[in-house]
Amino acid sequence: MKKEQLLDMYHQMVLVRRVEERGMELYQAGKIGGFMHLYIGQEAVGTGLIAAREDRDRVITAYRDHGVAINCGISADEVMAELLGKVTGMSRGKGGSMHMASVEKNMWGGHAIVGGHLPIAAGLAIRDQYEGNDNVTICMFGDGATNIGYFHEALNLSKAWGLRVLWVCENNQYGMGTAVERASAVTEIYQKADGYAMKSSQVDGMDVMKVYEAAKEAIDYVRKEGQPYFLEIDTYRYQGHSMGDPERYRSRDEVKKWHEKDPIGVFNKYLIENKIASAKKLSEIEASVEEEVEKSIEFAETSPEPGMDELFKHVYVEETSA
Amino acid sequence: MAKITMREAISQALMEEMDRDPNVFIMGEEVGVWGGSYAVTKGFYDKYGPKRVKDTPIAENAIVGGAIGAAMAGLRPVAELMTINFAFSAMDYIVNQAAKLHYMFGGQFTVPLVIRTVGGGGRQLGATHSQTPDAIFAHFPGLKVVSPGTPEDAKGLLKSAIRSNDPVFFIEHATMYQVRGEVPDGEYLIPIGKSKVQRAGKDLTIVTYCKGLELSMKAAEELSKEGIEAEIVDLRTLRPLDMEPVLESFKKTNRAIVVEEGWKSYGVGAEVVSGITEEAFDYMDAPVLRVAQKEVPLPYNRALEQAALPQVPDIVATAKEVLR
Repeated sequence: MKKEQLLDMYHQMVLVRRVEERGMELYQAGKIGGFMHLYIGQEAVGTGLIAAREDRDRVITAYRDHGVAINCGISADEVMAELLGKVTGMSRGKGGSMHMASVEKNMWGGHAIVGGHLPIAAGLAIRDQYEGNDNVTICMFGDGATNIGYFHEALNLSKAWGLRVLWVCENNQYGMGTAVERASAVTEIYQKADGYAMKSSQVDGMDVMKVYEAAKEAIDYVRKEGQPYFLEIDTYRYQGHSMGDPERYRSRDEVKKWHEKDPIGVFNKYLIENKIASAKKLSEIEASVEEEVEKSIEFAETSPEPGMDELFKHVYVEETSA
Repeated sequence: MAKITMREAISQALMEEMDRDPNVFIMGEEVGVWGGSYAVTKGFYDKYGPKRVKDTPIAENAIVGGAIGAAMAGLRPVAELMTINFAFSAMDYIVNQAAKLHYMFGGQFTVPLVIRTVGGGGRQLGATHSQTPDAIFAHFPGLKVVSPGTPEDAKGLLKSAIRSNDPVFFIEHATMYQVRGEVPDGEYLIPIGKSKVQRAGKDLTIVTYCKGLELSMKAAEELSKEGIEAEIVDLRTLRPLDMEPVLESFKKTNRAIVVEEGWKSYGVGAEVVSGITEEAFDYMDAPVLRVAQKEVPLPYNRALEQAALPQVPDIVATAKEVLR
């Protein structure tokens, strides 16, 4: 990989984290409503994975989507504006935290029903198969989604029909507050792919370079073979499931242990040790992120609220009298 | 004007649209090699091949969810759910995804999807396979719900549904595929969201749709023998509901009944009666009454099943009641 791309990945990871840390403050200040699920701790997953895609490859994910939106090239401004419910957000303030998307950036949402977007991902891939191209649809979901029926129907269809989907399970160890081993009959989640005769592998999701390499290989396989692939990426969320999680299901020691493998720290060290960037250069990136996030908050706060005419807009594409 | 069956009308609509637009394709259980469980897509697999006539696993979430994804990405799928009773398995995709994606993402996504399905009782299939739960689907903004009662309407409305950029839930009736009716020669479209007067009359208004139309037409003939002329307004589309022809007719007749095959509680009739009360209260000479299914799961036994379903004599009797 080129130095510029590596530094861009570092920039993305720091940006995702800072957008969310500031988002937390705004949430606590009452400026962001609803549910907000933070990606902090999981930044290497989205960053490494999406760095490995070509622009023509589609991405679709669940509701923990701010990071993935930024990884796909959506600006911090738009993410912040959507969080604040402003009309300048990518979903015009009508989607919120869980519904970030951009057709232009080939980012197909932001879906809030656990596992619900998996059959939709298969459908996106149906289009590409119909067109006869070899675009890949990258579908991300949590470990919790692998226990719901949608998962089975989607994986089965993708293999039966030879759809180009890269199924990516972000295993952050808990479905809400229920640990994997308390909810799933199979605790090595990648093994679930065996039930569909689908190739699979598992990778450390705290190391962005490992994620990138594994994703590159998996995407190449899907593209060349015209078959789906299942990639489990093991990671950890530092914050609660969503804002206001009492976190009775895990210990402080456990959280601390994962902090020691912090993906930004790991990548920072990698870049310095391999002489890709100096500590000073990385500090400069961090400083530029501060500025970018500050500006995004200003953009969001000064953006207009959606007008009341937005209430009835987009119920249907075609105007109806009802 | 050719006289064709409902089955032929729907089949023709599908074929004409598939010939017109290469992005239109069919997916569902047994739509291909088998030829469709109600033989609507017989011959399609041989004509269009497996790319455009896709046999799916028995997996309703994959059928509707997959069709939604394909529609978002630019195709025009016609997803078939073998019966409306199986639509419950795919409920999340119908009401939570298809109906909401355009709005929730601020207009970024469109879902030009048709879900064709078959409802209705009267075939002794037992409680889980005989339902007419149309009103449930009509509850959700974002979805269009169509349920035609004649071959002419079925063909013209299905063609419009396929061309619509919104998701359309298209409900056919299991006992009506052999119903014959005249259809115009050549290509025609019937707009979604327009009710239609199917029979002119002056004494009372019968508001109905789908199977209810067939029954109401027969009832109107009975009433006519006694000198009562019923005007029949066919809703054809349940959402968006076009009340204009209903109100216009009611303002003339001042008396109405609503005939539907589904259960009375929280049903289509309840919606229509509310609309009349809200918009035409001053024209009301009698309470607006409803003819609907008895509040039981449909039994298998033929006599019991028929007793639970609305029948022509029920319509005749109810019509006379509002005319008293």
